[in-house]
Amino acid sequence: MARSAQPVTGRSGLIAAALIVAVVMLSFVGIGLRAGPGSGLGPADWAAIRFTLFQAALSALFSVVLAIPLARALARRELPGKGLLITLLGAPFILPVIVAVLGLLAIFGRNGLLNQALALFGLPEVSIYGLHGVVLAHVFFNLPLATRLLLQGWQSIPGEHFRLAAQLDLPPRMIFHTLEWPMIRRILPGAAALIFVICLTSFAVALTLGGGPRATTIELAIYQAFRFEFDLSRAAFLSVLQLVLAGAAAVLALRVIPDIPMTAGMDRKVTRFDARGGLQRALDIAAILAGGLFLLGPLTAVTLSGIAGLVYVPATAWQAAFTSLWVAGLSIVVMLALALPLAGWIAIRDKGSAEAVGLIGLSASPLMLGVGWFILLNPVADPVALSLPVTAVVNALMALPFALRIIVPGVRDALTGYGRLCVTLGLTGLQAWRWLILPRARTQIGFAAGLTGALSVGDLGVIALFSDPDRTTLPLQMYRLMSAYRTEAAAGAALLLLAMALGIFWICDRGGRWHADT
Amino acid sequence: MLTLEDLRIEQGSFALSAEMTIATGRRVAVIGPSGAGKSTLLGAVSGFVPPASGKITLNNVDITGAAPGDRPVSMLFQDNNLFPHLTLMQNVGLGLRPALRLTGDEQARIKSALARVGLEGMEMRRPGALSGGQQSRAALARILVQNRPLLLLDEPFAALGPALRREMLDLVRDLATETGATLLMVTHAPEDVLRIADEVIFVEGGRAHAPEPTAVLMDNPPPALRAYLG
Repeated sequence: MARSAQPVTGRSGLIAAALIVAVVMLSFVGIGLRAGPGSGLGPADWAAIRFTLFQAALSALFSVVLAIPLARALARRELPGKGLLITLLGAPFILPVIVAVLGLLAIFGRNGLLNQALALFGLPEVSIYGLHGVVLAHVFFNLPLATRLLLQGWQSIPGEHFRLAAQLDLPPRMIFHTLEWPMIRRILPGAAALIFVICLTSFAVALTLGGGPRATTIELAIYQAFRFEFDLSRAAFLSVLQLVLAGAAAVLALRVIPDIPMTAGMDRKVTRFDARGGLQRALDIAAILAGGLFLLGPLTAVTLSGIAGLVYVPATAWQAAFTSLWVAGLSIVVMLALALPLAGWIAIRDKGSAEAVGLIGLSASPLMLGVGWFILLNPVADPVALSLPVTAVVNALMALPFALRIIVPGVRDALTGYGRLCVTLGLTGLQAWRWLILPRARTQIGFAAGLTGALSVGDLGVIALFSDPDRTTLPLQMYRLMSAYRTEAAAGAALLLLAMALGIFWICDRGGRWHADT
Repeated sequence: MLTLEDLRIEQGSFALSAEMTIATGRRVAVIGPSGAGKSTLLGAVSGFVPPASGKITLNNVDITGAAPGDRPVSMLFQDNNLFPHLTLMQNVGLGLRPALRLTGDEQARIKSALARVGLEGMEMRRPGALSGGQQSRAALARILVQNRPLLLLDEPFAALGPALRREMLDLVRDLATETGATLLMVTHAPEDVLRIADEVIFVEGGRAHAPEPTAVLMDNPPPALRAYLG
């Protein structure tokens, strides 16, 4: 009832929001300065648009369709190792894209396990490069997301309904029809839209597995125009294209995009009495095995070849690893400086609509922001010298929507429970942050910081745009090793990168929970 | 002396009016049906509910527009009266200074306040390590060091058993007497009223009636109060 008096104000949150909007808008200004009408859309541009849309649609389709049997099996079956698999479903959030790509190459690449097996039977080899490779990598990253969303849906079906179905002895087909399909129909469009939007601005996957006139996304085309042709006005023009496409898709999809589950997502157990044996059981086990293999195979391959390759990691990569660490650290600091005031502002409002501010960072693609800021900085400073701070800021903006989703509920709980007590004791402003909000929301803050750090340390995006040999991050250095066919060294670097991403996440997450009394 | 002059509180379609004077050092119970506006009345006095019109003065100082933390008022809510992540020393210390940079003298005051409510030697414990009754005592220790002239209780002991609640009420009565604070206390239980209150405010029908002596009102309740007491 008495919610009028709050210990914190929204002022600093408004400033943070204004800063974010300014960063994005200024990059638009930069792009606008250079993007002339030009000669309009050329055939290569049309090809990039077509490919971007097509691969995103296919990625979304395969991710959600394959997620149905996997989520269904996980929802209704108790198997050893199931907990591990559900934990693994959260891993793509912190797994560096380039590491996953190397893992996929180890399985599906030219010398990968799949082609070796095909050769045994005298079958022709398949190539991972091109459309199907891009889609495969996107499914690797987004099948877990779709599965988690669907699993949440299954959890939302009341246990009584399944007990009732068991009482009526409904066959599996009827249970699917009456209980599960309506839920799937409710969740699936949103999940597909979310994955479609994510894949529209995918860069690292297209860079490593795509390329060429037949498999270039707009994001990759921006990079090529910038890096190889150094055609700023073309890069700016493509950025406008990317913004229109991703922005329009985001606006259209915003209504259906669901909340992204940030926790493991199996907190409530529903005992199932149906589908105890026979074909249903075999299908579930097959789905879980296939899903587990698909996710674990590449990771295992990276780890094994990485151990062997560690000795080949060149000094430049170790140096890049240090650079990556401080970029990640800076990114965490920037994210917290923006997310904490924003979370305070959102939490004292009745509705969380201000979270939309965080989404701006997502619909504005990293390379687009990079191009815009390059054009702005170029006349006044050496953009290459600023490439690392710019990378850190862009990483922080990318992590912001997720960070807000994690932090806001913690801040809101603290204020709902103890805001009035703070106010009666005269604890307002910074004092309220010091004594109430930070200690109460520290687990969420630590989790968000861990995600941001892992995301930043593994990011291969804007840094690829304007880097020089002296200023590289580990993901970029790893990409260079891969391009130079130094496979062992790349594998070693991949393991190092994986360890860094997991390590940063673990330290921040643990730090938030350490001695956390409630 | 607390006065509510022509006070009117509006929340959506709900409205409550009050006109009264409470002498310093009185212990006043606020009773009435659920949803009648007992907590709202305390909210207006403590500054959480801004009144639509009228004036609140405490010892002839107008506090109508003051922020909750700036009023010479201490308050206990139904729950969450202690920060679970802080020690008792810190929780009580926040009543002395928000920055918690406590001098040796202040630490001694906190310790003696905790000892006064029967929590000697528990300064370094956190609320989670205490029983419900001990948590109430710790919150009362903070009230003691705050030493404000007006104490508001919004049913802080409602979750305790009858014996423990009586114990707490006796402690509150003693503390209020020691500090000379005026007490305003929301309750549902007639026995609480008889145990502690000098006067009673009956809240009903959009109106907080001026306080009347407990004996007079409870022995001979008007029809609306009789209906509420059952």
